[in-house]
Amino acid sequence: MKKKLLAVLLCVAMTASLAACGSSSSSDSSSDTTTEETSEDTEEAAEETETADSSAASDIKIGVIYIGDKNEGYSASHINGVAAAAEALGISSDQIIEKTNIPEDETCYDAAVDLAEQGCDIIFATSFGHEDYLFQAATEYPDIEFCHATGYQAASYGLDNVHNYFDYIFEARYVSGVVAGMKIQEMIDNGEITEDEAKIGYVGAYPYAEVVSGFTAFYLGAKSIVDSITMEVKYTNSWADISLENETAQALIADGCIMIGQHADTTGAPSACEDAGVYCVGYNIDMTSVAPSVALTSSTNNWEVYYEYAISCVLNGESIVTDWAEGYSSGVVLITDLNEDIVAEGTQEAVDAAEAALKDGSLHVFDISTFTVDGETLADDDYVYDGYYHESELASAPSFSYIIDGITEK
Amino acid sequence: MNHKEPFVRMKKRSTVSLKQAVLVRLIAVLLSLVVCAVFIVIVTQQNPIQVYAGIIDGAVGTGRRAWVTIRETVVLLLIAVGLAPAFKMRFWNIGAEGQVLMGGLASAALMIYLGDLLPNFVLLIVIFVASMLAGLIWGYIPAFFKARYNTNETLFTLMMNYVAMQVVTFRIVFWENPAGSNTVGIINAASQKGWFPTIAGNSYVLNVIIVLVFTVLMYYYMAYSKQGYEIAVVGESQNTARYAGINVKRVIKRTMMISGAICGLAGMVIVCGAGHTISTSTANGRGFTAIIVAWMAKFNPFFMILISALLVFMQQGAIQIATQFGLNKNASDIITGIILFFLIGCEFFINYELEFRKKQKEA
Repeated sequence: MKKKLLAVLLCVAMTASLAACGSSSSSDSSSDTTTEETSEDTEEAAEETETADSSAASDIKIGVIYIGDKNEGYSASHINGVAAAAEALGISSDQIIEKTNIPEDETCYDAAVDLAEQGCDIIFATSFGHEDYLFQAATEYPDIEFCHATGYQAASYGLDNVHNYFDYIFEARYVSGVVAGMKIQEMIDNGEITEDEAKIGYVGAYPYAEVVSGFTAFYLGAKSIVDSITMEVKYTNSWADISLENETAQALIADGCIMIGQHADTTGAPSACEDAGVYCVGYNIDMTSVAPSVALTSSTNNWEVYYEYAISCVLNGESIVTDWAEGYSSGVVLITDLNEDIVAEGTQEAVDAAEAALKDGSLHVFDISTFTVDGETLADDDYVYDGYYHESELASAPSFSYIIDGITEK
Repeated sequence: MNHKEPFVRMKKRSTVSLKQAVLVRLIAVLLSLVVCAVFIVIVTQQNPIQVYAGIIDGAVGTGRRAWVTIRETVVLLLIAVGLAPAFKMRFWNIGAEGQVLMGGLASAALMIYLGDLLPNFVLLIVIFVASMLAGLIWGYIPAFFKARYNTNETLFTLMMNYVAMQVVTFRIVFWENPAGSNTVGIINAASQKGWFPTIAGNSYVLNVIIVLVFTVLMYYYMAYSKQGYEIAVVGESQNTARYAGINVKRVIKRTMMISGAICGLAGMVIVCGAGHTISTSTANGRGFTAIIVAWMAKFNPFFMILISALLVFMQQGAIQIATQFGLNKNASDIITGIILFFLIGCEFFINYELEFRKKQKEA
């Protein structure tokens, strides 16, 4: 009986789909002709505007390669940055060709070459592992500008059309560290913890300079408020793994950390903090949606600044700098709105003061008088002079990879 | 009695002409496209014809895109060709992913360590042998335990994938560039040692040649060789095979060595012929997709060409529709899923015919 029933069902399904076939194909063809007409219309319109408006902004084509899509915080921040830059420069969205979910392998090369063949004048790729493949394509298209975020090879690659960009995210991390430090000071003052118990936990992605530089800045920001503070770092060995980040944060909390910072792309750590009632500082996006009672703020990037710069360079026929990195002074890094309900009193003032000092250059995050490595102050070298470590100045990619005293890696 | 006769009943077809079989499949593809169109209209409000045009444009719209599609097709095909004898033997080799990774790992290791020592064609021959050997070992281990202790090969081969991934992760620690970044980057970017040479100005011709040679060889091996026949008998019934004097354990081990070796070679084609790098995602799920390819083609290597081409076509087209219509790649996964559903479902209509009640027809 079951078989019979199945057979009947199958028949019904077949006839139904046949009927659907007949009706939808007719509607398909009609809708197709209308859209073709409209697309022809828009093409004509576009041609008209091209002849009328001869400025370069209407001719430029921009290609972008993302590792994820809008559902993933890191790529979303770049997607928003490109869109905002295009709007500011009067470039329509038709002139931007975006390729999402491109992994860090030959697919990136394929994507870059494809963008070049579609006539893009400038091509961006946003993930670290894209660099080799993007620049491989750059060797074949010397007239197109290729820009890569977080990479380090442009200066040594031997081509004029390859560029790296990054920002002084460590400045924003420092400021977010100040927010964390203010909160910890308040907890000490209220007698909730002793000075010795002031330990931060940090969920890091990889033991890589970009991460080390980031957590050191975060730690120094907090230390500028509470001098006795220590920090424990655990790595997930993944840029984005929500359950692993959650577990890592739990492990840090179990180790006695009373504040959690992160350099990982998901909301895993803040969720763990919300459950455990431990304060935290996020990255990329405002974490108050998942951790309303514990998320203080997040450090974040405003990539529009760079995209506007690079695209306008192409529009004006100027060359793009090989290594671009800026910070608070140009507004490319910032922290998200403070969670006013829970931040310590006076946090806004402390943040304003730190931001102002970073902007006018009176405060340097990696001031060597504020930390030691193995008990000793850093000696002067190519990076260390004038009393501070010149992070992201020689090359845009972060290079600070010392584990300073007070921080332990586990 | 008459009133109990069902409205419709299934009857197993005794023979199916090739023409009929092809016709049923064509109808299935057409129907699936219609259902996809309905999905596209309902969910995305896009014109389905334009979306299909976008898929075609993305897969073969330019010479470059066509070659990328071909490159990806032959890799998937090669893995499926490697899996075919194992599955025909009813040995559930879920471990192609790991076998491909180990082949790729061997290739990357030789590119890194011997890149400066050997001339390119010698290096490629060494890699050819080593990658097949690596895959062979990875395929032999579960086969040995299956033959010796009758372990469950599905679980064993599946777990071997994770071991392979961890071995790759472990090696990346030594090869990563720069330190801590967890990526190896392009190997021998300047010297191009261990890269497939360009033939007639095209980088991917050698990939195609290697894969086609193995596809043809596999066809003859399975269809005409004594060993191929043994595989078929073992697959049908191990007892029959034993009765006929076939050494089943030997056939299992030998077939899995061949299967693993070809998957290992696919690792070389990926690393030396396309990516020039190694990571845990080098195989990128193709070891599993290839199972579908092998099964749907009923282990016929020539049908595998068509099916792997269809799957890769959709996958490459997906990148384009994601760009053009802002659909993310999940949309194309759904489309591919619908097409596969119809293609697998239509097997029912190839094996059975529906007989309607006589009375109904007269009326």
